[in-house]
Amino acid sequence: MIRNVLALTQRELQATFFSPVAYIVAAVFLVATGYLFMDGTLVPGGEASVRAMLQSMAWMMVFAVPLLTMRALSEEYATGTIESLMTAPVTDVEVVLGKFFGVLVFYVALLAATLVHVVLLFRYSAADFNVLAWGYLGMLLLGGLYVAVGLFASAMTRYQLLAALVGAGVLGAFTLLVDALAATQGGAWRNIFGYINILYRFEDFAKGMLDTRALVFFLSGTAFFLFLTVKVVESRRWR
Amino acid sequence: MIRVQNLIKVYGERRAVDGISFAIDEGEIVGFLGPNGAGKTTTLRILTCYMPATDGNATIGGYDVFTQSMQVRKIVGYLPESTPLDMHSRVREYLNFRGKIRGLDRTAREAAIRRVTELCWLGDFINRPINQLSKGMKQRVGLADALLHDPKVLILDEPTIGLDPTQIRETRNLIRELAKRHTVLLSSHILPEVEATCQRTIIIAAGKIVASGSPDELKERIRGGSRLIAEVSGPNSEIKQEIGKLDGVTGVEVHTDNGWHRLTIDTQRGRDPREDIFKLVKQRNWSLRELRLEVGSLEEFFVQITAQQMQEQRARKEVRA
Ligand SMILES: Nc1ncnc2c1ncn2[C@@H]1O[C@H](COP(=O)(O)OP(=O)(O)OP(=O)(O)O)[C@@H](O)[C@H]1O
Ligand SMILES: [Mg+2]
Repeated sequence: MIRNVLALTQRELQATFFSPVAYIVAAVFLVATGYLFMDGTLVPGGEASVRAMLQSMAWMMVFAVPLLTMRALSEEYATGTIESLMTAPVTDVEVVLGKFFGVLVFYVALLAATLVHVVLLFRYSAADFNVLAWGYLGMLLLGGLYVAVGLFASAMTRYQLLAALVGAGVLGAFTLLVDALAATQGGAWRNIFGYINILYRFEDFAKGMLDTRALVFFLSGTAFFLFLTVKVVESRRWR
Repeated sequence: MIRVQNLIKVYGERRAVDGISFAIDEGEIVGFLGPNGAGKTTTLRILTCYMPATDGNATIGGYDVFTQSMQVRKIVGYLPESTPLDMHSRVREYLNFRGKIRGLDRTAREAAIRRVTELCWLGDFINRPINQLSKGMKQRVGLADALLHDPKVLILDEPTIGLDPTQIRETRNLIRELAKRHTVLLSSHILPEVEATCQRTIIIAAGKIVASGSPDELKERIRGGSRLIAEVSGPNSEIKQEIGKLDGVTGVEVHTDNGWHRLTIDTQRGRDPREDIFKLVKQRNWSLRELRLEVGSLEEFFVQITAQQMQEQRARKEVRA
């Protein structure tokens, strides 16, 4: 089980590094975070904290992650490699997990690159270490959920662009859309929309705290979308 | 080794595989022959656990392809029709990955890669990126992958498609060689290929088995309904009448050309009235310049039965409509 997942993760990572899309996403993301950092965090009088940067990163990932996950399964369907993969002795769960960790490793590499900003921050100001540690843990958990959603979208179609759109659409619904809806609604609905808003749950981490409710939210959300992905992969054979 | 019982696969409205049953023993090499859309790939995909059947069951090495899929996958090497390969890796990397997911450890993998490199002549391009290979090279990488874990059963969907003539011959030799230690099921629509490599042929058309047996057995079946050709000169009407009356003759057709009558004589199954014809000609003092038994080629037989099958199916559809 673990050996198969590792082999699949390695293959997925290699495929991600092979694709120009991943480099473009990484470049755009790093330039954007760098700009935000210079502009918002490092100016005199700017909030000496990684909080603002983390929040914009979480927001940008809504669009970045689906671009990283879109090829994961769609490409296998389109090129037919799914056939040689699914007739080898690997289970659907192993395939989905391998892809999940493959993309997640790339995501972590991207996050690690933003640590350059953090180093600068510590050199020139007294930043809050708690915010940093919990914030990056939050980014990792958030990444897991985003990647799971992106994989789910990729499992549904052989068209990569469609997978990216659906992925960003679902993530957009759980972030930007629920935010807008919560503003128009009152009472119970407002609470519900507030609870399922991924960015609200992330805010706890960005404040430098570990909220177990948020932890449960991210982990169970990730597990749920991975489960859905496995089901979609399974169901495609019945057609 | 492979046992298939009443296998059915329905895609939406279309019955791609319509109640196929057959059995293949260990060490046999069997060809699956049929025209485009006959259901070959569909059947092979069910056997390799890529998709479940709508009904019926199949086992490989005693394991059920649906409920014991992992065991089946371990003992089967499969070359899919379109030879899908990972375009973002090099040949060696790809085979290494495939070895890993087959549970081979590092030393076993290295040995296996060396073995298949030699078997499938990958030496020249083992370190090249797969996306730069020609169709035939990719085909060989696909075959190498199918052989990597030295599987008991090899299932090859059109293994020689896209290869050059030398490689076709070499691949056929390789398959025959492999059949000494493996059970092989391969599909093709090229009859000579199956004739050249397989001990037994299963012909399918429109999702059904229409004939099966060794090439000789199939030829025997054709001979059953074979025809005689004779060229005789003499009075036309008399010839036709007299020969038509001979024992075992079911029909005579005459074409006259330059005073010679070319007769096409249909005979009953298993009867050969050539001697009687000769005696008749001698007795009547006609002249004879050709008399032979026309054994249809396997090719013709194939075209004939598959056409028949299509026709029947069309007729059934009309009845239903
Ligand atoms: N995924 C699919 N969805 C719907 N119909 C399909 C699918 N795959 C195959 N079919 C149909 O099933 C029938 C059998 O197809 P199959 O691919 O098994 O034929 P084949 O014998 O392999 O043909 P060929 O010699 O062209 O490879 C065809 O009518 C085909 O259109
Ligand atoms: Mg086919």
